[in-house]
Amino acid sequence: MKCKLALCLLLSATVAARAESELRFCLRSEPKTFNPVLVEDDSSETVRYLTGGVLMRLNRATQQLEPELATSWKVSGNGKTISFKLRQGLHFSDGTPFTAEDVAFTMQKLMDPSVHSPTGDAFRSGEGRVVTRVLTPTSVTVTFPAPVVGLDKLFDEVAILSAHSGQKEMAVLGPYRVADYKPGSYLLLKRNPNYWKHDTSGRQLPYIDAVRLEIQQNRDMELLRLMRGEIDFINSLDAEYYDKLKAQASGLVEDAGTSLDAEQMWFNQVAASPLPAYEKAWFTSTNFRRAISDSINRDDLARVVFRGYARPAVSWISPANKYWFNAKLQPRRFDQQAALALLAQDGFSRKNGTLYDRAGHAVEFSVITNAGNKAREEMATMIQQDLAGIGIKLNVVTLDFPSLIERITRTFDYEACLLGLTNNSLDPNTQMTVWLSSGDDHQWDPHQKTPATAWEAEIDTLMREQASTADVKKRKQAVDRVQEIVWQQEPFIYLVNKDSLSAVSPSLHNAHPVVLRPQVYWNIDQLTLGNEVARTR
Amino acid sequence: MRRFATLVARLAVVLLLGGFLGATLVRFAPGYGVDEAELDSRLNDASVLALRQAHSTDESIGRYYLHYLENLMHGDLGVSRALHQPVRTLLAERFPETLKSVGYGLLLGWVLALGLALLPMLMRSRAADMFAGLFAGAFLCLPAATLALFFVMAHETGRLAIGLIVFPKVYRFARNLVTTHAAQAHILTAWAKGLGSFPILMRHILPAMTPQLLALAGVSVSIAFAAAIPVEAICDLPGIGQLAWQAALGRDMELLVNLTMVVTLITLLSNTGADLLNGRKAQARASA
Amino acid sequence: MKSPRGLAIGFLALVIAACVAGPLFQGPAYAQQFRDVPDAAPSRAHRLGTDDLGRDRLARLLEGTRVSLLLAPAAALLSTLLAGLVGATAALAGRWIERALLAATDLFLSLPWLFLLITVRALLPLNITPFASVTVTFVLLGSLGWAAAARVVCADTRALCSADFVLAARAGGSGRLRLLWRQVMPNLMPVLSAQFWVSIPVFILTEANLGMLGLGVAEPLPSWGGLLRELEGFAMFSAHWWQFMPLVLLVVVVGCFHLTLHRQEISI
Repeated sequence: MKCKLALCLLLSATVAARAESELRFCLRSEPKTFNPVLVEDDSSETVRYLTGGVLMRLNRATQQLEPELATSWKVSGNGKTISFKLRQGLHFSDGTPFTAEDVAFTMQKLMDPSVHSPTGDAFRSGEGRVVTRVLTPTSVTVTFPAPVVGLDKLFDEVAILSAHSGQKEMAVLGPYRVADYKPGSYLLLKRNPNYWKHDTSGRQLPYIDAVRLEIQQNRDMELLRLMRGEIDFINSLDAEYYDKLKAQASGLVEDAGTSLDAEQMWFNQVAASPLPAYEKAWFTSTNFRRAISDSINRDDLARVVFRGYARPAVSWISPANKYWFNAKLQPRRFDQQAALALLAQDGFSRKNGTLYDRAGHAVEFSVITNAGNKAREEMATMIQQDLAGIGIKLNVVTLDFPSLIERITRTFDYEACLLGLTNNSLDPNTQMTVWLSSGDDHQWDPHQKTPATAWEAEIDTLMREQASTADVKKRKQAVDRVQEIVWQQEPFIYLVNKDSLSAVSPSLHNAHPVVLRPQVYWNIDQLTLGNEVARTR
Repeated sequence: MRRFATLVARLAVVLLLGGFLGATLVRFAPGYGVDEAELDSRLNDASVLALRQAHSTDESIGRYYLHYLENLMHGDLGVSRALHQPVRTLLAERFPETLKSVGYGLLLGWVLALGLALLPMLMRSRAADMFAGLFAGAFLCLPAATLALFFVMAHETGRLAIGLIVFPKVYRFARNLVTTHAAQAHILTAWAKGLGSFPILMRHILPAMTPQLLALAGVSVSIAFAAAIPVEAICDLPGIGQLAWQAALGRDMELLVNLTMVVTLITLLSNTGADLLNGRKAQARASA
Repeated sequence: MKSPRGLAIGFLALVIAACVAGPLFQGPAYAQQFRDVPDAAPSRAHRLGTDDLGRDRLARLLEGTRVSLLLAPAAALLSTLLAGLVGATAALAGRWIERALLAATDLFLSLPWLFLLITVRALLPLNITPFASVTVTFVLLGSLGWAAAARVVCADTRALCSADFVLAARAGGSGRLRLLWRQVMPNLMPVLSAQFWVSIPVFILTEANLGMLGLGVAEPLPSWGGLLRELEGFAMFSAHWWQFMPLVLLVVVVGCFHLTLHRQEISI
C-alpha cells in the first residue's frame, strides 16, 4: 500500500513537473486576429506560427522546405498547379479529422476576393479563380490562374483551417492551441493534444507544455524580465540592448549574423509633390543621389549606431540571402571628393563651405524618419554631419509614424525619408510592389502610369520576367541585373544591414537562433526547458 | 431638485462638447486614416487600396459624432480599429485597473504632499522646509518612465509611481498655502500666546485652506490619470492609460473619443464635487 | 534664511553666465561628432565625456541649459499668467462667466492635446530651424498647461474676495479691474509661484516625452529634456556618473527656484 502510494506520488510529481513546463516570451503588441488567413501583424503571425499546422515548413536553419502535413508535393504547369499528398490519420486540436477538404476550404478562404492579407496576396498571380480539386481524402490539387513564383515555399505561411469544426479557426493542427487570452496582459497557449509529431523515442511533441506570451511593449521591461528569469528569450534585440546585456551576462546573447533587413534612405521624386522645381531637379538627378550616397560613411554608421553589429549595405537583398544576393556588388566607399566631382557634373559648386546648385540655391533639405526609433534618429544625425562635409545642410525631422506614412503615401510632402526595410522572405518576388513603377511601395515615385525613366522601365521588365518563369537560373539573372541597376541609380540609398540579435536564457535548450523569422523559436516543438533533452532527428 | 437637474444638464453639455472636441482633434490630426500595414510590400495594390478605403471616411465630423451619440444611446461604443475589439469590452476590462492605480497614486501622493507641506510648520523648522522643497523638486525632475521602472525593479507595484508623480505638484501648492495662512495676524497671535502648532494647524490653517485644497484635489485626479499613461505602459498594467497610448499612436478614433469622454466625466465629477463641497462650506460659514 | 536664498540666486546667476559665456571658453562645438570616441569617459579633451555619437557632453549640457533655461521658464510664465487671468476672472466675474470658464478649464484638462501638437508640427515647414521648432513646442505647452492651476487660483480668489481688505477696497469704490490688479493678484502670488515652480521641470520633461512623437527639439540642438531621455528606462540603472549631470543640474536649478521664488518663510 505504501509502495503504491509512493509510486503514485512520484508519478504525479513527474506529471506535475512535466505539465509545469512553460515557455515565456513577450509580444510587443496585441495580436489583432487568431484567424490565420487574416494575419497581417507580427504578433498575430507569432500566434499563427505556434498554433498553425502547415503543409510544408521552411526550415529556418537550412532554408530548405520540409514536409509537414503534406508528405510530398509536386509543382507543375510552370508554377500554376501544385499537388499534395497528405498525411493520414491526423486530427485537429478538437478531434475533427484532417482531410483534403480542409486544404480546399483553407484555400477558398484565403483566396476570397474580400480578404486582403499578405499571405493571400502572395498567391494572387493574375485574374481568375483559384481552383482546388479534392481527389481523395489525402490528395488535393490547387490550380492558379497564372504561374505563381516560388509556389511551394509560400505554403509555409498557410495554416490549415478546419472545414467542419465548430471551433472554426481555434481548431488547429500546430503544436499549440490558444487556451487563454487576457487582452493587454497575456496570451496562453497549451499543447495541442492531437499534434501529430513525435520524437525518435515516440514521445509526442512539443516538449514544452505551454507557451505564455506576455504582452509587453516596453523594451526596457522586456530586458529586465529576461534578466530576472521571468521570460526565456527575446527574439529580436537592438544593438544597444545587446551590448548592455552582453556586458552583464554574455552567455545570454546570440548574434546570428547579418539579417535580411536593411536601413535605407530615399529622395522624393514624385512629379506632383509640393516641392519647388529646383529641389525636384536635384532629387531626380542620378549624380546627385550617387553623390549623397558617396558622402555617407556607412562604416561609421555600422560601428557607432549599431555598435559593430551591422554591415554597410549594398542592395535591397541582404548578403544573408546567399542565393539571391548579387555578390559582385560592393558597398559604396565613403569618398567626399568623388561626391563633389559628381555634383560638379550637374553644375553644383561650393562657396564658403556651402553647396549651391546651378541657379544659386543653397542645397538644404530635410530627412524625415520615425520618432522613437533611436537608431534611425542617430543615423540621420550622423548623415547630417557627413553631408555638412560637402556643404549640404540636412535638417533632421522626426515624426510620429502615422504622420510620416501620410507624407510618404498620401501628400508626398517631404524631401527625403529614412526608414527600414523588413524582409520576411528570401524570395525577391515578394518585393514586386516595391520595384514595379506602378507599385504602391515604389516609395520614391509610386503609382506611375508609365515608367518615368528608362531604368525604371528596365526594372519593370526584369521583375515581370522573373515573376513569370519557374527557371531559377533565369530568375537569378534578372534579379542580379535589377540589383545592379539599383546600385547604379540609387533610388534607395542603402545604408546598413543589421545583425540578427537575440537573447536566450540558459534554461532554454536546443535553441539555435537564425536570421529568418522567427529567429529563436523557429523549432518550437523541439525546444526544451530545464533538464529535458530533445530527441529529434 | 431643480438645481440638481441644472447641474446634471450642465455636466452633460460639457461632456458632449468634450467628446466632440476630442473627436475633432483626432480627425484633423495628420496621420488619421493611414495604416502601417500599407507599407507591407507583400500586399498587392488591390489590398492596399482596400485598406485605404476601409480607413477613409467622407463623413463629416459632425455626422460622425451624431452617429456615435446615436449608438451610445443603445450602449454601443463602437469597435476599436487598432485592437478589433468592442470598445465597451475594452473599457469594462481596463477601467477598474486604472481606477485602482489612480486611487493608490492619489492616496500616496496626498499623504506625502500634505505631510511634507505641514511638517516644517509643525516642527517649526526652516531646515525641514528646505529639505521638503528639495525632495519634492528632485521627484519633479525624474521622468515618469524612470520612476515606474524603479518600482518594477524593486518588485513593487508601479502604481506607487503615480503617487510620486502627483505629490510634488500637490506639495508645492499646499506648502505655499500653508505658509501664506501661517503668516496671518491671528495665527501669529495664537503662536505668540503659546498655542501649539498642531491645534493651530487643525483649527485655523487647514480650515482656511480647505477651498483651495478641495480645488487642488479635483485637479489632482486629472494629474493622476495623465501619470497613469506612462506608468501603465511600462509596468504592464492593463488599464486605460495603456489603451490611450496605443489608441493615440494608431489614431483609433472610436477608442479615443470614448476615452476622452471617460476622462472628461471623471474630471467633471471630481471638480464639480470639489466645487459643491466648497459651496457647502461657504454656506456653513455664512450661516455661522 | 537669507543665506540659502542668496546662494540659490548666486548659483542661478552662475549657470546663466556659464551658458552665455560658455561658447567663448568651451572646446568642441555641441554638434561635432568625435566618432572614434563614442560613449567615452571624462578626459582632458572632453570634460564630461562623450555621448553615443561622440559629441562632447559638456558642450551639449551648456547649450541645452541655454535652450531650456530660456524656454522652460518662459513657457512656465505664460502658463502662470494664463492660470492667474482665467482663475481670477472666473472668481470675480458673474456666475455664468465663472461657470463657462470653469467648464473650459475642465475641458482643457480632459482633451487629448497631443493631437493639436501633432497638427501644429505638421503645419510647420520641415526645414524650420531646431530652435524655432522647440520654441513653438514650449509656447504650445505654456498655452495648454494652465488649466490645473486655474482652478486653484479661482478657489483662492473666491476666498480672498471675502477677506476684509478686499471688502474695504470695494467699499472704497475700487472697480473690478483695479481690485484684480491691486488687491487680488499680489495675494495670489503663493499659488502662482507654485504653478511657475512646478511648470519648469514638467515642461522640460514633457518636451522630452514629446520627442518620442517628433515634437521635441530637433537634432543636433540639445535640450535638457533631450539629454534626460538618455537616462530614461533601464539606461538609468547602468549609467555612469557623468551621464547624470543634466539631471543633477535640473534638480539643483529647480531647487534654486524653490529657494528663490517664495519669500514667505515658515514663521518660527
